[in-house]
Amino acid sequence: MPVNGQSDPGQPRPGQPVPGPQEPAATSSAQSPKGGDATEAAAAPRLRRAVVVGGNRIPFARTGGAYTKSSNQDMLTAALDGLIARFGLQDERIGEVAAGAVLKHSRDFNLTREAVLGSALSAETPAYDLQQACATGLETVLGLANKIKLGQIDSAIAGGVDSASDAPIAVSEGLREVLLDLNRAKTVSRKLQVLSRLRPKDLAPDAPNTGEPRTGLSMGEHQALTTAQWKITREAQDELAFNSHRNLAAAYDAGFFEDLLTPYRGLTRDSNLRADTSLEKLATLKPVFGKNLGAEATMTAGNSTPLTDGASTVLLASEEWADAHDLPKLAAVVDGEAAAVDFVHGKDGLLMAPAFAVPRLLARHNLTLADFDFFEIHEAFAGTVLSTLAAWEDEEFGRTRLGLDGAFGCIDRSKLNVNGSSLAAGHPFAATGGRIVASLAKMLHATGQVDGRPARGLVSICAAGGQGVVAILEAL
Amino acid sequence: MSDKYTQFVSHGLGRDIAKRLGLPQPVVLRRHQPGRPLIDGPVLVQGSTRGADSLAAALLGWNLDVRRHAIPKEKLGAIILVLDELAHPADLEKPVLTAATSLRDLAPNARIITVSRTAASTPEPATAAARQGVDGLLRSLAKELRAGATGNGILLADGAGTTSPGTLGAMQFFLSGRSAFVDGQFLTVSSAAGRLPGDAGKPLAGKVAVVTGAARGIGAAIARTLYRDGATLILVDIPAAGDHLAEVANEVRGTALQLDISRDDAGQRIIEHALTRHGRLDIVIHNAGITRDKLLANMDAARWNAVITVNIAAQLRINEALLASEHLPDAPRIVSVASTSGIAGNRGQTNYAASKAGVIGMVRATAPLIGGRGGSINAVAPGFIETDMTARIPFATREVARRLNSLQQGGRPGDVAEAVAFLASDAAGGISGEVLRVCGQNLVGA
Repeated sequence: MPVNGQSDPGQPRPGQPVPGPQEPAATSSAQSPKGGDATEAAAAPRLRRAVVVGGNRIPFARTGGAYTKSSNQDMLTAALDGLIARFGLQDERIGEVAAGAVLKHSRDFNLTREAVLGSALSAETPAYDLQQACATGLETVLGLANKIKLGQIDSAIAGGVDSASDAPIAVSEGLREVLLDLNRAKTVSRKLQVLSRLRPKDLAPDAPNTGEPRTGLSMGEHQALTTAQWKITREAQDELAFNSHRNLAAAYDAGFFEDLLTPYRGLTRDSNLRADTSLEKLATLKPVFGKNLGAEATMTAGNSTPLTDGASTVLLASEEWADAHDLPKLAAVVDGEAAAVDFVHGKDGLLMAPAFAVPRLLARHNLTLADFDFFEIHEAFAGTVLSTLAAWEDEEFGRTRLGLDGAFGCIDRSKLNVNGSSLAAGHPFAATGGRIVASLAKMLHATGQVDGRPARGLVSICAAGGQGVVAILEAL
Repeated sequence: MSDKYTQFVSHGLGRDIAKRLGLPQPVVLRRHQPGRPLIDGPVLVQGSTRGADSLAAALLGWNLDVRRHAIPKEKLGAIILVLDELAHPADLEKPVLTAATSLRDLAPNARIITVSRTAASTPEPATAAARQGVDGLLRSLAKELRAGATGNGILLADGAGTTSPGTLGAMQFFLSGRSAFVDGQFLTVSSAAGRLPGDAGKPLAGKVAVVTGAARGIGAAIARTLYRDGATLILVDIPAAGDHLAEVANEVRGTALQLDISRDDAGQRIIEHALTRHGRLDIVIHNAGITRDKLLANMDAARWNAVITVNIAAQLRINEALLASEHLPDAPRIVSVASTSGIAGNRGQTNYAASKAGVIGMVRATAPLIGGRGGSINAVAPGFIETDMTARIPFATREVARRLNSLQQGGRPGDVAEAVAFLASDAAGGISGEVLRVCGQNLVGA
């Protein structure tokens, strides 16, 4: 299938005309005046492009730092307002805003809409919440891009936010049941009866944890298993972490984030960034995960992401909307793919789903890893990135798990996370997708054409529950 | 930041106490409110020249209550003293002493405005003496006025008359509450260029304006004032101030451009942003500035260079880019924020004063260059303005600094913004290369 900026899962089918990027949006209408094509056109409506106009995020802060007193709604509203200011969207009715948070208070049931109402956007802008663990941010981009491609909306803002500082703390199950029964009790004697069920242990709060419900293992312990399985060395992980800090610091120094970030609460840079870190310093850190595996423990606080607070947003639009508003078109959201693995039974590592999603997505577009100019592989842990790359380079994994003739392929490491990633920036779960998409779109646009084709970028984000979401962006 | 003393002595007991003790008696100044008349009360146009007649006719056209002769005991909103045909200092006596009889009838926050000709434009010593005499007269009279009244002058160069757009524009500005904190100052109308706005409430309608240093203080006030006057805004500030910048941008429905103006390509970046996002660029307000105060004996290169780079070198480079651009519309307008420190000097501010005096020099030299494109460039020099910066001055020092001007109070950021907005408007098109002080007639310096 020819590669273009509008491919969509399942359509168009081989043999059918593939819509070219230059075709006007009017063709998204399924009604064709030519009778012969009408049936087919109705079955496969032509899609228009969804483009990334730009983005805005607040600096990411280590938990317990600058944003300790900021709620998810505060941070998402701030990120939205910065985006609105950058692109002059005051009072604009955006087609739809979608965002989410992984750690959510029950009062945040309508988080995104509440943030929109608190922002400078038109109050007539609809919004919805979405949650797919750490893939939340990227999934909002893909879902909204699809709506734009289908012609349902012309503009959209995708986003995500998370606060591990302002995390919800729930009452215990025992206390919760008592309180609900108390509310239902009609008489005083019945109320007293219900209250008498209360035990001291019920008063202990239920703090959130990042452990997997089905295994009881934390994400770090899960990754430690995978890291050991793929024999990823401590040195390789430290080097990846070092590169992340070095690249992110260089990006800040070069002004790369001037039109991607708006300061918040006194922070002007990600507080986790250590511009002065070194391989020697990283080598001195003690392992924190995988200490009971028998093998040498390699995962430290330096090559794992810390808990982080932050928010990000991405402005998406049809080309027509961007043009009509005199706004830039940085990159097209080409396509995305989600995958999940059976980590519960140990078939694959918890964070290995992208190792499957990427080959499927690239196959759909007849692309190989060699066809990409930028790889944005989310650094949940250095071990996650390196395990994924190792799996792709492994012949047996390629044959037995991916159904290929051999290894899936290897990437040019100089194209990996060139402006830093989560190990340096931090990782406020749902906000990472927006950070990556906006930054990648800017890089793609600046690169323009490569070998006579638009520069191409791959985004890969692993997520809790053994999931992963990946996407392709192309320069405009 | 609030001036509680002025509130206290403005009425009742506080007023009585201040009067008995001979303390300063500042009043709450009349400031511009959209929709309100230009000025309350009759406007006395003093003078019998043809220029005075045509000016009086123009004022009638603005629905002002114009008087050509004072009615004793009637409270006056303003006295306009037209002295455009002076030939000898002796010619001053009649109009000046006639006006003197009405001074006690001035209402609070009244205006005295002289209209005369520039001394430099005559080779005749007696005429030059008479014209220059107006300067001393007006500056002294302004110091005698009380209760928020101000005195300012309009100087006509060759080629400008009493009803030139620039003259009428300056007249409106001085009569209105927009000039509340401008006192004892002259504006020279150098040509008949410019035009009065179609909609007096939106003099900047259709214009795209850039304001640097717009995240807070005077810059944010300029943004709000230009927005009120109808302009579409691009707000520039350093990336580290981006959060405040976004707030201001969302308030004034503009776009925020996080940019360090000392970068080599700042001018190009601004022009590119304006053209791609707003289609044009009409007005540039150079407001961004920093202070790094130290006595010169203790000055280091970092402090010196930072101030020079941001306050003047960046403006020079951006202006070069603007003037070299082929995409600017006709009649571009540039307004720079200078400082009274750049005029009178200030202890501990050798670097700052050098940079701000530099702004004044730059504005004067750039006027002929931008004039070739039908544009104008001017500077505004604020005196003591109540900002976050001045709020950090120790109490006693601040209290003294506030009272050291004819209006006996500090100005507001909005007062500077009003002067900037006026100079950025087409009504001020005939005014270029000027430095307008917004200082309440500061007692030190020029």
